[in-house]
Amino acid sequence: MTPAKSAGKTLAGRTDFSIIGEIIQPRSKVLDLGCGEGELLAWLVENKSVIARGVEIEAARVQKAIARGLSAYQGDINEGLTDYPNDAFDYVILSQTLQETKDPRRVLSEMMRIGRRAIISFPNFGHWKVRLSMLLSGQAPKTRLFPYDWYDSPNIHFLTVSDFEAFAVKQGFRIERRYFVAGAEKVSLMPNLLAEVAVYLVRK
Amino acid sequence: MIVETQCSRFDSISLESGATLAPVEVAYQTYGKLDSEKSNAILILHAFTGDAHAAGIDHETGKPGWWDNMIGPGKAFDTDKYFVLCSNVLGGCQGTTGPSSINPATGLPYAMAFPVITIRDMVKLQRKFVASLGIERLLAVAGGSMGGMQALEWAVSYPEMVRASIPIATTTRHSAQQIAFNEVGRQAIMADPDWCDGNYYDKKPPGRGLGIARMVGHITYMSDESMREKFGRRLREKEKLGFDFNVDFEVESYLRYRGSQFVNRFDANSYLYITKAEDYFDLTNGSGSLAEAFERGETRFLVISFSSDWLYPPYQSQEIVRVLRRLNRDVAYSDLQSNYGHDAFLVDVVEQTDLIRGFLASTYRAVYA
Repeated sequence: MTPAKSAGKTLAGRTDFSIIGEIIQPRSKVLDLGCGEGELLAWLVENKSVIARGVEIEAARVQKAIARGLSAYQGDINEGLTDYPNDAFDYVILSQTLQETKDPRRVLSEMMRIGRRAIISFPNFGHWKVRLSMLLSGQAPKTRLFPYDWYDSPNIHFLTVSDFEAFAVKQGFRIERRYFVAGAEKVSLMPNLLAEVAVYLVRK
Repeated sequence: MIVETQCSRFDSISLESGATLAPVEVAYQTYGKLDSEKSNAILILHAFTGDAHAAGIDHETGKPGWWDNMIGPGKAFDTDKYFVLCSNVLGGCQGTTGPSSINPATGLPYAMAFPVITIRDMVKLQRKFVASLGIERLLAVAGGSMGGMQALEWAVSYPEMVRASIPIATTTRHSAQQIAFNEVGRQAIMADPDWCDGNYYDKKPPGRGLGIARMVGHITYMSDESMREKFGRRLREKEKLGFDFNVDFEVESYLRYRGSQFVNRFDANSYLYITKAEDYFDLTNGSGSLAEAFERGETRFLVISFSSDWLYPPYQSQEIVRVLRRLNRDVAYSDLQSNYGHDAFLVDVVEQTDLIRGFLASTYRAVYA
């Protein structure tokens, strides 16, 4: 694999991975929350020589991540972060999981405590297709990024680009960089309407 | 892979109790080849009643080793790549010095004159043995149950000698429940009139007591579910209940068989000494915290527990993981789904193989990076 040069390239089929790969400095210490089978961490180890750690709740995925040689552990990010000391990591990553957490505010403040920087990506609920889907059908929206029925969706906290921006101001987080993408394309205008996925680099 | 047990002799070892044991012998087996940098050695640590014969086919007995499904060419502990060692523990009865060994002071077996030993003493002797092979740093130490205790003790006592530790289905300290089961086993042995205060070596060994101890042990190694699957309420070679105290149920027959077999291969006094060592095991050494115990070194860890293990329940493994995380140490952890109870670490090899192979490979890569 070659390092992602632009947002257009994808890593394990996910555009936000390639952006995250771009942000992270070589040889830094990284914690990936909800690391899945460790696709992103494995890429970062290979290409950025990072010191990688992962947390994942699903047993089969943790096993795959460990089988890859990654230091992942089976645990719940809603509870498990309190054990880490302050500033334990250069980056703490939460990739498309924020909308699934029980207490996003707590998860984010823990991320800021244990990491010098946090990288947060999430599907934008403000995207025009989501709005249109809801407007036209009058039902909980279903789109490419929100493919679930309301009753089996893992997403329990929907948020938009504007929501996150306002939230960051309120919590006193400093947004260092922001990236918006739709499909494999970068979005620069009207991200709250046009971005499917947002990626933020945040520090305290 | 035909294997043979070898023996090393050391002048003496000073023990945690203050006593000294001299001389002391270590029985061991090796598999694979030590590389020229001497950096591919992995020490396998056996559980309570295990021995040095971890893998391959023993040239004398023709039997496979106790972890043969995990150690060998292409297996989790790949002997094409790694140099794998296993030694019998101090206090054991399979070649390493223990209560059945001859006490040079009397010319008779030590019996109860053998000093009380600890997990730390076992590891101290293993260190002597490893050093005697010219190995300064092990790639990994690994073991389940009491072997896991040793894997943890290695990382605490000699962190500079251990790149990676794989404690499986184990704990940082024996709990009241674990001590309680061990005490039942010890009392069964000591209540057997054949025990004779430990001096039975020229007589009939305390087979009934040791057999009962083993029966209790076997119950704790299984799970409610695995026992139900394996035996249910099935009757043993009969159609209806006997209304007597002969064997009715399959499970009774199994336990009796296991108990009687055990007597042929294990020494009752070793049972007493080794269970005592387990019960004394507490990584914090009674004072200080676990965090202090793990403070030194850069050993990385792969911790594995099994969902149905009620003897060494997953919460005990999670405690290890939590402490290491607090110290921001390198730790991987997986709680494997299994119905086999504590025995799972010997039986459920597929997932364990994936985990261990990946973990060892990345540890090995880092050595040569």
